[in-house]
Amino acid sequence: MGAGHHHQLYLAGDSVVHRLPPQCKLLAVAAFAIVVVATPRERFWAFGLYAVLLAGVAVAARVPLTYVLRRMVVELPFVLFAFLIPVIGLGERTTVLGVSLSVAGLWAGWNILAKATLGVVASILLAATTEPRVILIGAQRLRLPSLLVQIAMFMLRYMDVIMDEMRRMRVARESRGFEARNFRHIPVIARSAGALFIRSYERGERVHLAMLSRGYSGRMPMMDEISGSVGQWATALALPGMALAVLGLSAVQGLSL
Amino acid sequence: MNSPAVNSLEVNRLAYAYPDGTQALFGVDLTIRRGERVALLGPNGAGKTTLVMHLNGILTAGHGSVSVAGTPVRKDTLKEIRQRVGLVFQDPDDQLFMPTVRDDVAFGPANSGVSGAELERTVKGALERVGMLEVIDRPPHHLSFGQRRRVAVATVLAMEPEILVLDEPSSNLDPAARRELAEVLRSLDVTVLMVTHDLPYALELCERSLILSDGVIVADGSTRELLADTELLARHRLELPYGFAIPAPAEHG
Amino acid sequence: MHVPDGFFDAAVSVSAGAVAAAGLAVCLRGARRELDDRTAPMAGLVAAFIFAVQMLNFPVAAGTSGHLLGGALAAILVGPYTGVLCMAVVLLVQCVFFADGGLTALGINITIMGIVTVLVGWGVFRLVARLAKGKGGVTVAAFLAALVSVPSAALVFSALFWVGGTAPIEVSAVAAAMGGVHVLIGIGEGVITALTVGAVLAVRPDLVYGARGLTTPLVLRGAEDATVTVGAEEPVEPVAARGPLRAFLLGGLGLTLVLAGIVSFFASSSPDGLEAVAENHGFLDQATHHVFGSWALADYGDVGGIPVGVAGIIGVGLVLLIAGGVAYAARGRERVRT
Repeated sequence: MGAGHHHQLYLAGDSVVHRLPPQCKLLAVAAFAIVVVATPRERFWAFGLYAVLLAGVAVAARVPLTYVLRRMVVELPFVLFAFLIPVIGLGERTTVLGVSLSVAGLWAGWNILAKATLGVVASILLAATTEPRVILIGAQRLRLPSLLVQIAMFMLRYMDVIMDEMRRMRVARESRGFEARNFRHIPVIARSAGALFIRSYERGERVHLAMLSRGYSGRMPMMDEISGSVGQWATALALPGMALAVLGLSAVQGLSL
Repeated sequence: MNSPAVNSLEVNRLAYAYPDGTQALFGVDLTIRRGERVALLGPNGAGKTTLVMHLNGILTAGHGSVSVAGTPVRKDTLKEIRQRVGLVFQDPDDQLFMPTVRDDVAFGPANSGVSGAELERTVKGALERVGMLEVIDRPPHHLSFGQRRRVAVATVLAMEPEILVLDEPSSNLDPAARRELAEVLRSLDVTVLMVTHDLPYALELCERSLILSDGVIVADGSTRELLADTELLARHRLELPYGFAIPAPAEHG
Repeated sequence: MHVPDGFFDAAVSVSAGAVAAAGLAVCLRGARRELDDRTAPMAGLVAAFIFAVQMLNFPVAAGTSGHLLGGALAAILVGPYTGVLCMAVVLLVQCVFFADGGLTALGINITIMGIVTVLVGWGVFRLVARLAKGKGGVTVAAFLAALVSVPSAALVFSALFWVGGTAPIEVSAVAAAMGGVHVLIGIGEGVITALTVGAVLAVRPDLVYGARGLTTPLVLRGAEDATVTVGAEEPVEPVAARGPLRAFLLGGLGLTLVLAGIVSFFASSSPDGLEAVAENHGFLDQATHHVFGSWALADYGDVGGIPVGVAGIIGVGLVLLIAGGVAYAARGRERVRT
């Protein structure tokens, strides 16, 4: 989530996945996440098939595995946590490799690990195949309030600018021998944060003036109107569709067992 | 007197005080004819930015009037005025607020109702005039500072303004970017008002200059003559860079 | 720090989503009233600021560090409505663009880290600022607001986890996270929030939404050295939209109650959800990556014996005690000064 990641989020390309309209992809990823979350944790092979589906998308979009793995670092805290649950979990215990573990905890850990991972990978694939601004256009198409979309647009635009300012302030601090080590250094950091806020706020005012100067009257002209064809919707929704089919199959199999 | 149709900009007895009571302008008079390139010189705190803010109605005159190509700046004419006065801000990051160069250049014309193929044509035309067509799909943050400033000029040109107002256009530019921007500005056939304290740049680009000091215009004349008057400059905290001499008229052509 | 997919059951996720959507709807209207057509650029820039500031690490204790959550800070600087919008957009961007936080858990994340921190922060701030006047009062109020907002978010998280969490965790584990880590992180958040607000207040007091009532008395200079200070006329009530805000708070409370009802109904049909007790290690604490190793784990053993409820109450009680004490002290000092 650090600075500079911003631009590496999107991997330019011209695959089927890249070309799909953003609203189709957003909806597909959301629906996929819901299906995954709704799947009972006992159905191991269903999760396996979900992973295969995502791998299929990644191959179609030509997103390298190393890229996905690198971005999955975001998930690390939860992986650690998932491994922790069996150790501190309640209830009946079992012994694995000489360590006493909670059975319910093992289930819960597996549950979170599997679902969170699938969700994270689906989101990574979305961001890798869709430019940030295009995702926002898709969100707008999906009826996300346009004010929220605009706020997000300005945030994405100025994130790097503000981060650069913050970096320059840090360099200035450190070049005078300052390094945040303990509580006493907090005031210095806070002063930087205060200065950063003032700069951000004043920039917001200037941006607003610049907008007014070019005829802004409260409504943002949305430049691109991307609409999805039936075929494109069908292609995008194939992912959650197939996931749903897997869920259905696993339910039938579960009943027959 | 000049008829309003040939004057791009007329400012009469303009005075303004900020809400906190600080008065910044004390009766500014100036007239800029169509097609002129004029420099507005003045030290920091002279009221340059305050004056600029009046030109497109961001601030409204406390006293006096501003009119653009004959249209007075009033609440009911704001929309038209903002299309006619193209303001280029000092920090291009403030001006380029959209996710891509294309969206940004399109913002102004789209607000005034241009759309479809015509919008595309307008955008490309404006970028071509500043020589930045190749960056059309790039996000502004990926451009160099000089490129950003030129794109900022394009965002305003796309609105086909009557007059282009540039706030400190040469600040933070390296010599090459500075020269490139000068070439772009010289190639444009619009009226230009350049607000600056970069005197050599004013001399390079503008025949005529005005000096704004303490909220009034204290001098109006040929840039060369004004800059040669060292006493006048000194009185208003303006200085030529060390070692800079006004080139002889013959050399200058 | 952001809740991922699969951490809460569907009922809680959906209900929290509804709360988040309703809260955002109210704030969208409120922010428009406050900022007019400036809303989009201003809130966008402030959101970018919050995003950046969340990366400032500050040392907590014993070599661990935490980072700012920013809810209370946003509320004090730009007001509660815009504050909620900024936090929500930050979380939205982190979720969709950075895969930080699950898409199905977005409602939960916005509710806890956006709405709860901002509302609690703003509520405490207003309360304390009313008792302790002046710039010092604002700073103290900012400290307390941020201090209380963090464990409050933790509390709401555990409440949600209690009804719809998916992991069976020892009750006392919650104690470790709640009582220890969050108060500590809250202190860090409080100190940095107060100092940040103070820094802005020193340079551009007009930009601090929560301090809009502060007006310096005007000084009139007489002919002979005599200066007269004109007491500022009745300080302007800072909250322009008090009625709507109160309605918002009440509405939020009502919604939460309804939500609790619905959720417990669902939860009772899945016994393991109820049996599972809130667990906060790693999730709630705003500084997961850093705090995780040294604090939560290390302390787990020590608090093994304390029942979760008791520990939680102790933690919250502790915060309230500190908060009350500081507020009282500040009030006393202001009195002396006037």
